[in-house]
Amino acid sequence: MRGVLIAATASFETDRALRLSPQVGLRPEPFGALAYHFDSRRLVFLKSQELVELVQALSRHRTAADAVSAAPSTHSPASYIAALASLEEAGVICEQ
Amino acid sequence: MSSSTPALVDQLKSGLDAPICLTWELTYACNLECVHCLSSSGRRDQRELSTAEARRVIDELRDLQVFYVNIGGGEPLVRRDFFEILEYSIDNHVGVKFSTNGYLLDQAKADHLATLDNVDVQLSLDGADAATNDPIRGEGSYAAVRRAIDNLGRAGFENFKISVVATRHNVSQMDAFEQLAGDHGAELRVTRLRPSGRGADVYHELRLTQPQQVDLYHWLLARPHVLTGDSFFHLSALGEPLPGLNLCGAGRVVCLIDPVGDVYACPFVIHDEFLAGNVRSPGGFRRVWTQSELFGALREPDNPGACASCGSYDACGGGCLATKFFTGLPLAGPDPDCVFGNADDALSGIDPQSVPRASQDHSKPARTKVVLTRKG
Ligand code: SF4
Ligand code: SF4
Repeated sequence: MRGVLIAATASFETDRALRLSPQVGLRPEPFGALAYHFDSRRLVFLKSQELVELVQALSRHRTAADAVSAAPSTHSPASYIAALASLEEAGVICEQ
Repeated sequence: MSSSTPALVDQLKSGLDAPICLTWELTYACNLECVHCLSSSGRRDQRELSTAEARRVIDELRDLQVFYVNIGGGEPLVRRDFFEILEYSIDNHVGVKFSTNGYLLDQAKADHLATLDNVDVQLSLDGADAATNDPIRGEGSYAAVRRAIDNLGRAGFENFKISVVATRHNVSQMDAFEQLAGDHGAELRVTRLRPSGRGADVYHELRLTQPQQVDLYHWLLARPHVLTGDSFFHLSALGEPLPGLNLCGAGRVVCLIDPVGDVYACPFVIHDEFLAGNVRSPGGFRRVWTQSELFGALREPDNPGACASCGSYDACGGGCLATKFFTGLPLAGPDPDCVFGNADDALSGIDPQSVPRASQDHSKPARTKVVLTRKG
């Protein structure tokens, strides 16, 4: 969730309403979840339970920023946002 | 696949709740007799799963959220219920990638496939011309694949795959394969020749030479868009890791369901030692995946054996379990294609009689040679 994602974070706007893409299947795993995009055939790892919960909670919040501030403080808001940015780039999440 | 942190690799090694890469060979029947067939296919097995049993397997995969299944054989298109199984699977959100030799992929089937979502087609081709391909896959098989490519093209089927097993004779043709794929809007997939099934009979003469391995490594490194699955992670010992999953996933994230429902750790280890159970037994596939003692053992941390002192072990992991097993090498230790030649001594000391053979052989009986003698 770090390093490579900085580029994506820079252009990620947190004032948008986001959701799990309807093209994506999410499978719980001990480390978090596996996401599979049925169109692009991409497999993406969500590497913590908190991130999985955040992704699932996105649609219940008006903005991504709201969802992040409601997420448990086990991870920093910056790392959540970086993870969301990369998930959007991978097509796992999209605008509502 | 996204980049893996070391912690994630460890997670994958200890196994997932369901496989990521599940191969399901639908039949041992095949219209071809490729010399390197990993499943020694040819004749149909009478115990083959019925259509109803195949549907039950798909129900299980759906419930386990297996996102897609790699269907192979044998030749899957020889099953009359192939499209029924295929459509049942995608209707249940289990995507299908299937491998075919192309012979039976006529225009009508190509047109039909183009109307379906979540289906990938993979055409097997082992030479960029008939002279290279046909000695491996059989007379006329190159022309058959070219016809299938044209049929898919006319049908507007996008992004199908051309899948090549790299051998000593075709590795110099990689640019030509890439060109062929590019010309038809297809993707190129290159995989490793392993001594599995009939592959054991040709492995030593067809496997890549050491300089060819090095060339292929650099060729692949420059082409991250070429698909390789888990074929070449032993080459990552040469330097920068190749893209893809750099670990042996047998029984951890990979497994095989064979045509009679037997579950093996990987499509390349059809041997009793790697047989975990059968989907027909109580508890079905899920029970095999989660409870089998064999899979439990495979999910333990690897024993590096003689690779322990190698500085490249993190990248290479000692290579492919199946390749070691079917060449008679210890499973803990270097791969026969170790880029530093660290298995060469052990390999030359192995008695060919002691090497394990695949437990299933559905090869067609050798053609009896008719000897013409003159009367009188
Ligand atoms: S045994 Fe070889 S082919 Fe099978 S999963 Fe391991 S590395 Fe891959
Ligand atoms: S010695 Fe083992 S770990 Fe090192 S490169 Fe050879 S096979 Fe890989």
